[in-house]
Amino acid sequence: MSRVYAANKGVTAIKTAIAVIASVAMLYPLLWMLASSFKPQHLIFQDLSLWPDVFTLENYVNGWNGFTNITFGTFFKNSFVVVLFCIIGNLLTCSMAAYAFARLPFTGRNFWFALMFASLLLPHHVVLIPQYILFDSLEWINTYMPLIVPKFLASDAFFIFLMVQFIRGLPLELDQAAKVDGCNHIQIYGRIIVPLLLPAIVTTSIFTLIWTWNDFFSQLIYISDPRKLTVALALRAFMDTMGQSAMGSLFAMSILSLIPIFVFFLVFQRWLIEGIATYGVKG
Amino acid sequence: MNRQTIRNNGTALLFLGPWFIGLIVLSLGPMAASLYLSFTDYNMLQAPNGIGFENYVRMESDPRFLKALEVTFTYVLLGVPLQLLTAFSLALFLNRGLKGLALFRAIFYIPSILGPSVAVAILWRQMFGLEGIFNELLSVFGVMPKSWVADPSTSLYTLITLLVWQFGSPMIIFLAGLKQIPETLYEAAAIDGAGPFRKFWNITLPSLTPIIFFNLVMQIINAFQAFTPAYIVGGGQGGAIDSTLFYTLYLYIKAFTEFKMGYASALAWVLLVICGVFTWLLFLSSRKWVHYES
Repeated sequence: MSRVYAANKGVTAIKTAIAVIASVAMLYPLLWMLASSFKPQHLIFQDLSLWPDVFTLENYVNGWNGFTNITFGTFFKNSFVVVLFCIIGNLLTCSMAAYAFARLPFTGRNFWFALMFASLLLPHHVVLIPQYILFDSLEWINTYMPLIVPKFLASDAFFIFLMVQFIRGLPLELDQAAKVDGCNHIQIYGRIIVPLLLPAIVTTSIFTLIWTWNDFFSQLIYISDPRKLTVALALRAFMDTMGQSAMGSLFAMSILSLIPIFVFFLVFQRWLIEGIATYGVKG
Repeated sequence: MNRQTIRNNGTALLFLGPWFIGLIVLSLGPMAASLYLSFTDYNMLQAPNGIGFENYVRMESDPRFLKALEVTFTYVLLGVPLQLLTAFSLALFLNRGLKGLALFRAIFYIPSILGPSVAVAILWRQMFGLEGIFNELLSVFGVMPKSWVADPSTSLYTLITLLVWQFGSPMIIFLAGLKQIPETLYEAAAIDGAGPFRKFWNITLPSLTPIIFFNLVMQIINAFQAFTPAYIVGGGQGGAIDSTLFYTLYLYIKAFTEFKMGYASALAWVLLVICGVFTWLLFLSSRKWVHYES
């Protein structure tokens, strides 16, 4: 028996060693970018090391100054504003729609639910051009409205689906007890369901943050005013204007741009991973 | 309809109102509009003129469209299976006999979170560039340095590498599926004298087919719509001789740099049909290979 145990222990040690090596290999590009952002510009290229021999903060100072007199502070503020409103919109309208689908009887519920589900698989590009024409006619180009308003119209069907699944798991007796106490649907939604929805609310908020922060396509289409650029757009503009000569600063700002989502990932990783494991969230 | 039904519908409309407006104004309406525009020559300046199927016919002889199809199909049909194979193998590897599963799972998930960003696309462009660290790494083996991003025969593969690197999220779904398989199945198989290969082939693999199916559908649809890495690595164009001209990138160029909204709408509908056909084929084939517990 003890020999089997020892053998298992040996296997565990070997597997753990392989997993450690694989982890380092996986993270190497990111760690290399982090290290390079602290290296002087001329030492970045062709230096594979993960530890800067000469440590400098000049990339961060130069990078933060941005371009055309706009610092990266503005771009970060812009991204945070967009993310904040997107989260509020998604939480409010997706939870309302989810409550209706999970708890309210109404005509054609299954049909509407199927339609909602089908929209999950719809490529966004097929609605893109008419949406652009619509937002253009409302003079919303170079504003954040095209990025934010759809979230207030529950356009991220994925979160509705996630919340419907969650509400269906809550005991119906809670609703019935509240109804006996004279609560109407608005009160049941606000006082009973929303507080219990907290795990789904956290999952929705983090994924909205990550997707909005990483989003490039919609932001590229709607925002071109330099003062209104988000971090993703600013990085691309910075790359185009500075090129290879400012690779250090570009790396430094790239690292900064990854920090918000990385911090949220660290803090909420248990929710994130459970969210994916349960609902199969994409990327 | 009786009074109760009307009241119920009224309450539902209150809660579903925003979604309903969104459905009409942001989904169904635009879908109809883009279908209509695809049969016109709309260019944002003049009113659209109906031109029948001309946009669709023209695609057949549009070399950039054909190139975009080739590039995108290669990306999807090579990248997604490689990504899922990596995810599957690592899930199997991590599932048993390992300390610190939660930590490794989190580490392997990091590229899925950070990977879709502009920052990582910039990193990739640098890594596989002429002065990049990939060359530095290869020089150990005596390989001559070159720009893997600028060489049309390798540029697409750098983007496929980026896709495969983001295997963390399907891996987590596979891991969750592996935990669902009842231990009693393996015990019963062990009593029948089944070895590890038989156990894998007759228990693990069939039990995971619904999850393989789910991951395939989701990742294929996502990969068809990939944009950011191609845009950044190719500098807003399709890269060297359009070797990284993703379908969505071509659509973007047509719609938002050339303002050929009619043609771009037709491109969007072709993408919808391609995604639809792929999903449909997968669903059809799933009857043959996906096992659902009865």
